Amino acid sequence: MANVLVFAEHHKGKFPKSTLIALQAGKEAASKLGGSCIATVLGSGVDAAANEISGYGASKVIAVDDAALANYLADAYAVTLEQLIKANDVSLLVATSTAVGKDLLPRVAARLGVSMATDVVAINADGTFKRPMYAGNALATVSLDGPVKVISVRGTAFDAAQPGGQAPVEKFSVSLDAAAKQMQFVSFNEIKSDRPQLTEARIVVSGGRGLKSGENFTTYLEPLVDALGAAMGASRAAVDAGFVPNDLQVGQTGKVVAPELYFAVGISGAIQHLAGMKDSKVIVAINKDPEAPIFNVADYGLVADLFKAVPELTEEVKKLKG
Amino acid sequence: MKTLVTVKRVPDPETTIRVKPDGSGIVTDNVKYVINPFDEIAIEEALRIKEKLSGEVILVSIGAKVVTEQLRTGLAMGADRAVLILCEQELDSLAVARVLAKLIENEKPELVLMGKQAIDDDSNQAGQMLAALLGWPQATFASKVELAADQKSVQVTREVDGGLETVGFALPGIITADLRLNEPRYASLPGIMKARKKEIKEVAIADLGADVTPRLKVLKLEPPAKKQAGKKFETVQALVDSLHTEAKVI
Repeated sequence: MANVLVFAEHHKGKFPKSTLIALQAGKEAASKLGGSCIATVLGSGVDAAANEISGYGASKVIAVDDAALANYLADAYAVTLEQLIKANDVSLLVATSTAVGKDLLPRVAARLGVSMATDVVAINADGTFKRPMYAGNALATVSLDGPVKVISVRGTAFDAAQPGGQAPVEKFSVSLDAAAKQMQFVSFNEIKSDRPQLTEARIVVSGGRGLKSGENFTTYLEPLVDALGAAMGASRAAVDAGFVPNDLQVGQTGKVVAPELYFAVGISGAIQHLAGMKDSKVIVAINKDPEAPIFNVADYGLVADLFKAVPELTEEVKKLKG
Repeated sequence: MKTLVTVKRVPDPETTIRVKPDGSGIVTDNVKYVINPFDEIAIEEALRIKEKLSGEVILVSIGAKVVTEQLRTGLAMGADRAVLILCEQELDSLAVARVLAKLIENEKPELVLMGKQAIDDDSNQAGQMLAALLGWPQATFASKVELAADQKSVQVTREVDGGLETVGFALPGIITADLRLNEPRYASLPGIMKARKKEIKEVAIADLGADVTPRLKVLKLEPPAKKQAGKKFETVQALVDSLHTEAKVI
């Protein structure tokens, strides 16, 4: 096979863990299917970022520096990746299923006239891929025809690439016409938090409709979240009810997480929520309804009124941490 | 504003999906079908735009004759007319985008609203692919859509990792709806009565002349690995002891 190209997403020069996961998946694909694993960094003033990612085991890093790439925009980024793929004999494009990955890769695939597999969880040696469908109720083996295969990988299914090696960094000049610059970046309103990122945290504590209000998230859930040094999540029902922002949603239509420890507090366990957290290593459910479906996937269940149990749990955790 | 909204027929999200023993597909007996929930949000947004600025809302779906049921529901919500592209085979996202691109060449909408993903195959691709094929700008995962006073351009707020991003572009363009864009209305009784008389134009897929060769093939389906039942506790103390000494996670 020809080469693997990994889209190395960065946020103002910083690489989230999801980028190292894409790189690991790219390296795995290259070792199973042949070819070299090339990483590419797009942006404006990306020399430092390209140097940083060159230390994670890719065979080559290609930096694309252009003022039009200063902020992520689907049209200019898709044209750039298309040109990179054609210039570097690429037969597999890989990114992680982040908001950017999900927005960008289908646009690149369609420009190339090829199909794509979303949320890949395994790369098989015969060139097929595994991906979940129907909210994780089915695991599909899929094949992609065409000169280039495009896949987004699920962040929970691959490890992060470890530091090692020093790849050469090349520069690539992209040619972007007016058709590739129709979109304008207006603003980014960052949700600031001192807590770990939901998709990167070792422990996640999620609340559901059982919390009854946004204030109760603050009063009851947040002290537990902070005592554990965890990230906070929520079920779709809690987001729908307006208790918390959508950014916190864990599930089929939100974020997919697989931390070492996952707390589901006041969450009944709808199919669409389970799709986003059932691969967590240890799942704890706290719910007053002993019949709640969340108990079917929980390793440890506590049948209790969360408004009594959660403050008590918070105190116990604080005691343990001394 | 002439707005086109795509509608996909999918299993009800509350249905538990089971894989057929031979792995060839899912068990469809007794499965209830609905409009893909994100497509409902897209329909609602198109209706709100029409109510504010006037214009037309056209629904389009690809599938067998049974999809008429979902289109009728969308018409009862308030859409003006619908196009059903008749097709018996499963299409991958690229084929769907190619078929829609052909229809859009004929219909010439100023705005295309879609759901961000269908909850059956969970691909999250068709909108982005359609935008690429048409050479149009795209705004996926929309939580807010603001049309300019002259209706020539739009600013869209998008739900992205770590915050909200706003992008702008001149129309025509593609917007895909995320959960919080709006809360879709229910069809009213007069709406349902009126919908019976609205047009659902049927088009044979072959007549559009799009290349629908499947390039993504689903070779087999497997059920997910089963989990063993866990332990249940009565007290917080017992739970914490187990998490600390047995699971060693806190």
